[in-house]
Amino acid sequence: MTEDTWRSKVERYIDAELSPQEMRAMSEHLRDCASCASDALQQLQLKRAIKIVGQCYAPAPEFRRGTHDQMRPQTRSTWFWKPAFALATVVVILAAVWFTYSSKRGRSQQLLTELVDIHVADLAASTPVEVASSDRHTVKPWFQGKVPFTFDLPELANSPFILVGGRLAYLNHEPGTQLIYNIRSHHISVFIFRDTPELASSFASKDARTDVLKFYFESWSAHGLRYFVLGDANPTDIQQLAGLLKQAGNS
Amino acid sequence: MSTGQTSADQFEQLAMPLFDSLYNFAHWLTCNREEAEELVQETYLKALKGFSGFQQGTNFRAWIFRILRNTFLTSRSGLKAMQTVSFDVADEETAAAAVNEETPESILLGRASQEAIQAALEQLPVIFREVVLLCDVEDMSYDEISQTIGIPVGTVMSRLHRARRSLRQLLQEKVHGAAND
Repeated sequence: MTEDTWRSKVERYIDAELSPQEMRAMSEHLRDCASCASDALQQLQLKRAIKIVGQCYAPAPEFRRGTHDQMRPQTRSTWFWKPAFALATVVVILAAVWFTYSSKRGRSQQLLTELVDIHVADLAASTPVEVASSDRHTVKPWFQGKVPFTFDLPELANSPFILVGGRLAYLNHEPGTQLIYNIRSHHISVFIFRDTPELASSFASKDARTDVLKFYFESWSAHGLRYFVLGDANPTDIQQLAGLLKQAGNS
Repeated sequence: MSTGQTSADQFEQLAMPLFDSLYNFAHWLTCNREEAEELVQETYLKALKGFSGFQQGTNFRAWIFRILRNTFLTSRSGLKAMQTVSFDVADEETAAAAVNEETPESILLGRASQEAIQAALEQLPVIFREVVLLCDVEDMSYDEISQTIGIPVGTVMSRLHRARRSLRQLLQEKVHGAAND
């Protein structure tokens, strides 16, 4: 093996990324080669210095406690929580309990529960949207490069709906869009994800409609995308917004 | 005990030991305490929410670090940080092969204070800073880093090499700058 080959392996040796056989061979080589040994020592010193300096930030004890409490809302105090978030949590817990004891519990219901969680938690957040605009030509481009698909939004000029904005959402670790619309003080979330085999099988019927804890859903698939419209508005409003979205998607 | 409680307990057992590491990493990414706290909090909520989708037996640490990193990248400061390095990333593969002829670290590190090393790390573009931190501070293997960042192992190696080379250059400048003052 040439000197250059040995030298090219020093960094991986320091990071313990060579095979056991190569690690042994390198160790033996370092005993005989002052140049590589010096190189390895220098790299090791830098690695150790970074290890020490790189651990300089520690979380505040109250922040650790607060985050810990958030994970155990049913048994811990809620002093850390903002009132809006606490309200959201209650709704989420109720939704979870409802589903736990439902005889119809299935994968589709689990997915819908996740979407309710996202909808409620985001509306309770201090910044419910990451892009705030009523202009669809501002909101849609914001998602470019953030989600692996594109989509069409309806013109709302002659409708009672107002686009509030959008944010990224994740379902089954897949990125998607969450668009928020307003109608008579009610918020409606429109989620769009790639229609995976799991989503397709969970919502097998062409149009799935249901309601959970007064949240009304409508879901459908078009052009490889899965749409979910949900909110606490009345079913007619949900259907009307779904209709506008379907029309935009097919235009 | 319900299934939900068991799952929450299991999540807590896996996630809380990583709290300090995640916070430290978040602080290095954001360079700001408040943003780091928000990032960690959002990461834990997302991870808890998505824990049912986590495949048991796979690498939980890489999974939750990946959630934190993805959350950072979609934040305002994350998008800004990534925009500033697009030019540097383009030639990272070729740069990895470059020969370095810097001052030996034994001399360099002897002269450089911890503050200088910290400042040099902060100056690194975020895509280089993160690989160094995951490798040297979190002791992640190249494979774990690859899973966390979502890039091939070969790119992890070249990015790591370039990050360390840049660090040496930055330290060299600081040491020489201090000597000339």
